[in-house]
Amino acid sequence: MMNLEQSQTIQSQTLQSPAFDVDVDGDVLRVNAKGHWTLQQIGEVYEPFSKAVEGQTFRHVDFDFKDLTGLDTAGAFVLASAIKNPDQANSDWSILSGSKGRETLMQVAADATVGTPPLKHRMWFDAFERLGKSTVRFCTETVDTLAFLGRFTTVLVRQLLNPRQIRWKSIVALIEDVGLNAAPIIMVLSFFIGAVIAFMGSNLLASFGAQIFMVDLVGFSVLREFAVLITAIMLAGRSDSAFTAQIGAMKMRQEVDAMQVIGLDRYETLVVPRAIACLVSAPILTFAAMMSGLAGGMIVAWFGPTDISPILFFARLREAIPITNFWVGMVKAPFFALIIAVVGCRQGLAVTGSVESLGSRTTTSVVQAIFSVIVMDAIFAMLFLEMGI
Amino acid sequence: MVVNLDMSKPPIAAQNILTQFGTNIIHENLSFEVSRSEIVGLVGGSGAGKSVLLNTLLGLKEPEGGQVLYFGHDRDKLSADQRRLINNEMGVLFQGGALFSSLTVRENIMVPLREHTKLPLKLMRELADMKINMVGLPANSATLYPSDLSGGMKKRAGLARSLALDPTLLFLDEPTAGLDPIGASAFDQLILGLREALDLTVLMITHDLDSLFTICDRVAVLVDKQIAIADSLPNVLEFDHDWVREYFGGPRARAALLNKA
Repeated sequence: MMNLEQSQTIQSQTLQSPAFDVDVDGDVLRVNAKGHWTLQQIGEVYEPFSKAVEGQTFRHVDFDFKDLTGLDTAGAFVLASAIKNPDQANSDWSILSGSKGRETLMQVAADATVGTPPLKHRMWFDAFERLGKSTVRFCTETVDTLAFLGRFTTVLVRQLLNPRQIRWKSIVALIEDVGLNAAPIIMVLSFFIGAVIAFMGSNLLASFGAQIFMVDLVGFSVLREFAVLITAIMLAGRSDSAFTAQIGAMKMRQEVDAMQVIGLDRYETLVVPRAIACLVSAPILTFAAMMSGLAGGMIVAWFGPTDISPILFFARLREAIPITNFWVGMVKAPFFALIIAVVGCRQGLAVTGSVESLGSRTTTSVVQAIFSVIVMDAIFAMLFLEMGI
Repeated sequence: MVVNLDMSKPPIAAQNILTQFGTNIIHENLSFEVSRSEIVGLVGGSGAGKSVLLNTLLGLKEPEGGQVLYFGHDRDKLSADQRRLINNEMGVLFQGGALFSSLTVRENIMVPLREHTKLPLKLMRELADMKINMVGLPANSATLYPSDLSGGMKKRAGLARSLALDPTLLFLDEPTAGLDPIGASAFDQLILGLREALDLTVLMITHDLDSLFTICDRVAVLVDKQIAIADSLPNVLEFDHDWVREYFGGPRARAALLNKA
């Protein structure tokens, strides 16, 4: 602040540095402040001034501002620290040769109280505290997820029994976003995965002279695992994060509260349409991913060193890979879709007021979705193994 | 890196501002200035372009024509360093406070200090606490997050942040909107007190007739794409324009006027 002279040049380096003289005369502390006591320069005198005043005994402070060229709240604050006694009431003070504005400023600074900084002491048992807290958080998170799942299931079943209640319009719009718009990227990814498997397989199997088995390799892995996993992981990255961010932003702007007050059930309007959209899209996307994965393998087989023609490729595929493998892949798609929709919506609804929570919930959402998909996949693998499929 | 801040020149002035979005002209030939140490209220109908004008004055938006002058300096002719120095002389309180939600109130106030000064951390913390005290927030709000604050407290915290660098010029965007009458008049008094203590120049957008009547030295009326009049309230009340008459002649305005008398 420049509340003094007619014209003032701000210049970051060459402003007159702040300086001071302090002397005690009986009960009176005389502070002669010189130069520019403003925010940019105050760091220079802060500690020297505190040291000079510390340990002095006085009842009254006289501030002499005769040689002072600039003062703002920061400067006033540092000067006023002289009159603040930690244990007793503030000392009296007066200003010798200073303007009215400076007196008001000093009054403001003298009245200001400084809150005690938060105490941060580390203890040896802090680690246990953190462990305990995260355990509790894990448990509540699990319980909340289960509660959410239960509530969601009842609403879903109720809506499926009474299809008139289902919000078809928003479902169709969501299917476009979740399914149709995701199809290109998922197919391209799956194509490359199929191609890579074929390439690796052909190299490896060529050393046994068993190149033809690369068809089995591509067929098995793409149909059983990769197509559905790629789809699920892409959906988790693409749609699950979008669900969390959309619903989270709605939560932050109180739209969700408004819906509740109007009488719209948040599960009916937000969660179920997304779940149904995922349920419809995921199997279709998985099928598309399977086809393009096989195509990738076929292209490598044809043009690569193995030189397996498409006719041979499909003949071997029909011979070696039973159709069950296709169903094994397809049957997992709806489960993964449900996981993604439920995790995304639940994390979105858990967003609180701050931007930070939106960010962390979105991260959690994607991590949880991918984690759960892979765990679920492992469970399926064990099940199918036990069943001998 | 020198800027001559001529304190006899108006801290902020607009000359022949032209603002348009596509073919839609918002301001045309708009000129006005705010003199040192005065509190100017800016009024205008919804959609008249008050917020756009504020953004133009702040430099968040470049006008399609005309100049903005800070302390007599044409903004377009200032170097980046000079702009930065002058920017430090300006503080803004946005409508919702615009506090950083991931930082506590104290940290919010420390953001400009950290960015533009080289003070020891302890002093920065103490200065932030002093600002918190100055705007009338309780000391324990320093460690609270914006989401824990009420609307009025958010505005006060936003004001404290805008005062962090001891600006000469303060912009307030609807400072009392959404506050209860007690809170609003307390806020008005706070602005008056700060003006006296810190010698602030204030430009406030407001619809609060009470604020206009109590604390504004002058009222600028944005109507018909221009500042039709910027004068003391009695003169504005006399001004011959339909919208102005309707604005200040309505029952609410009369009540506020009665209150003041």
